[in-house]
Amino acid sequence: MRHMDKTVTGLTIAFVVLFLADFFMAEWVRFIGLQSLARGAVALGLLVLWRTGLVSFGHALYFGIGAYAAAMLTLVGYHDAFFLVFAGTLASGVLAFLLGFLLRRYRAIFFALLNMAFSMILYGVIVKTEELGSTDGFSLHPPTFLGYAPEGEAVQTTLFIFTLVFTYIVTVGVHLYLKTTLGGMSMAVRENEIRVEYLGYSAEKVIHVKYVFSGLVAGFGGAIMALAIGQVDPDSMANWNVSGEFVFITILSGIGNVGATYIGALVFELIRTYAFEYAPQVWQFILGGSLLAIIMFLPDGIWSLVDRLRKSEG
Amino acid sequence: MQELIVILVDGLVFSSYLFMVAVGLTVIFGVMKILNVTHGSFYAFGAYMSATLIGAYYATDWPEFGGFLAIFAAALIVGVFFGIILERGLLRFLYHRDEHIIVLATFAMFLVLEDVLLLIWGTDPYFAFEPMGVLGSVDIVELTFDVYSLTLIGLAIIVGVGLWLGLTKTKWGKLLLAVIFDREVSQAMGINVTVVFTVTFVIGAIMGALGGAYIAPTISVNPGIGVEVIVLAFAVVVIGGMGSIPGAMIGALLVGISRAAAVHKFPEIELFVIYAIMAVVLSIRPEGLFAPAQARKI
Repeated sequence: MRHMDKTVTGLTIAFVVLFLADFFMAEWVRFIGLQSLARGAVALGLLVLWRTGLVSFGHALYFGIGAYAAAMLTLVGYHDAFFLVFAGTLASGVLAFLLGFLLRRYRAIFFALLNMAFSMILYGVIVKTEELGSTDGFSLHPPTFLGYAPEGEAVQTTLFIFTLVFTYIVTVGVHLYLKTTLGGMSMAVRENEIRVEYLGYSAEKVIHVKYVFSGLVAGFGGAIMALAIGQVDPDSMANWNVSGEFVFITILSGIGNVGATYIGALVFELIRTYAFEYAPQVWQFILGGSLLAIIMFLPDGIWSLVDRLRKSEG
Repeated sequence: MQELIVILVDGLVFSSYLFMVAVGLTVIFGVMKILNVTHGSFYAFGAYMSATLIGAYYATDWPEFGGFLAIFAAALIVGVFFGIILERGLLRFLYHRDEHIIVLATFAMFLVLEDVLLLIWGTDPYFAFEPMGVLGSVDIVELTFDVYSLTLIGLAIIVGVGLWLGLTKTKWGKLLLAVIFDREVSQAMGINVTVVFTVTFVIGAIMGALGGAYIAPTISVNPGIGVEVIVLAFAVVVIGGMGSIPGAMIGALLVGISRAAAVHKFPEIELFVIYAIMAVVLSIRPEGLFAPAQARKI
């Protein structure tokens, strides 16, 4: 038997522990956990892009599309979580596929800003659409799960397991993908695109695949977020500072490991929740301050702590 | 016909406003290659400071035209103060880092300053309409426009031409162009790039603050104006070509007039027409309309 992959082992352990913990978690812990998983998924998509040296300042676009697609389907009477999340993910994926043809030609800050332009178009459309509640958004019914219609706290419990299972599959999938040749191309594209082309690979195709993928997971995250909060609104789902927060999480996590994005998302969520709870006057101050501290003192993110630990052991 | 004139005048006023907020951003990007999100804070602080100073000025019984000095004083105070603190205290430690990291650092600073703003001025809106009252209003084809808004057009032209002349006709401007063209070689030729960076950043900051300070009398100054303005300024700068002053002017005109047309003709698309233009321009000309050509380094 082949040597077991450490990351896969780690993810599996985390999955099992969280799965069991779900039955004992306090409600607010689970709520934070759900949001972290949702945001972590988006950060995972950004990590995949970042490995090719591209940063998107507009992934609130796919997050928002995922959330609104799921939410809009509840308006016409669909409440099954499987269907809603699938639809949200797919909608984002299709959009990313289409925009990808254009965006794959862009690099550096232009890529980042063009993404932002598209996300602001979505924001503008939502704000101007009275049927979707404009800036107030609208709320969702609790979802059902293949006919099982939980009530009260059971909704969140089930949703947590549902999210956990899919997040696990997606994350392990990404990890394995990054180890394939196509996945390994990302670093090569970042370092020297021209040489990649000379080797016979198309850098644009590599980027396009990654872009679609990042759109898919961002849509997944958005749909989960909509179900978890039970509410969608443009300012917390599609505005440009939401995109900024995703990039924040990616920096916080570092791009060293797929699992780190969830830790980063959790840390972000904790900082935000507690700052908002105990210092509502200065919560942005605290958030910005922590981001600055990370950039200055932990340039490779939280995951670099793990690496440092390993090095000192080895 | 009347509608056309309204659109044109509204569009010009809005374009001038956009130019004022975008020009500082483009100057900073052109020289330092930094996309400065904190620009939104400069704008917001400029507006608040201006509202406060105007309020203080009109509480005295000095000549009423002097209120305009308060506006420029506010821009200078905010721009110099924040410009120096940010560039010397934060950005200079990040110059060797990835450009995205620098954007994110300015985003973090923007978040921090949003709350600093709230701590100083609170959540209540400020009004400082006295300078508007001083200038009164004027009728153009039977429609009333306030003169103060129209002076914005003049200010934008003065700032634009001033910056352009300064950049192309003075010794300082030529040094700046050299740094824009090739930072390493200019350093090797003895240009003090550190000072050039600080001065550029402060000038950019003053421009951002001036945009806010000058617009303050026409709006209710409330929290959140920084968030709104930053994407607008980004759009204008990206459309015109990042780092190009004529580009910022053309971008501002394009966006300003289209938005004015949208507001009067199709109010439902008003919000996203700007970003739609940005997306279209970028997909045809990725570097923006007026971006200087870049040598590719392999």
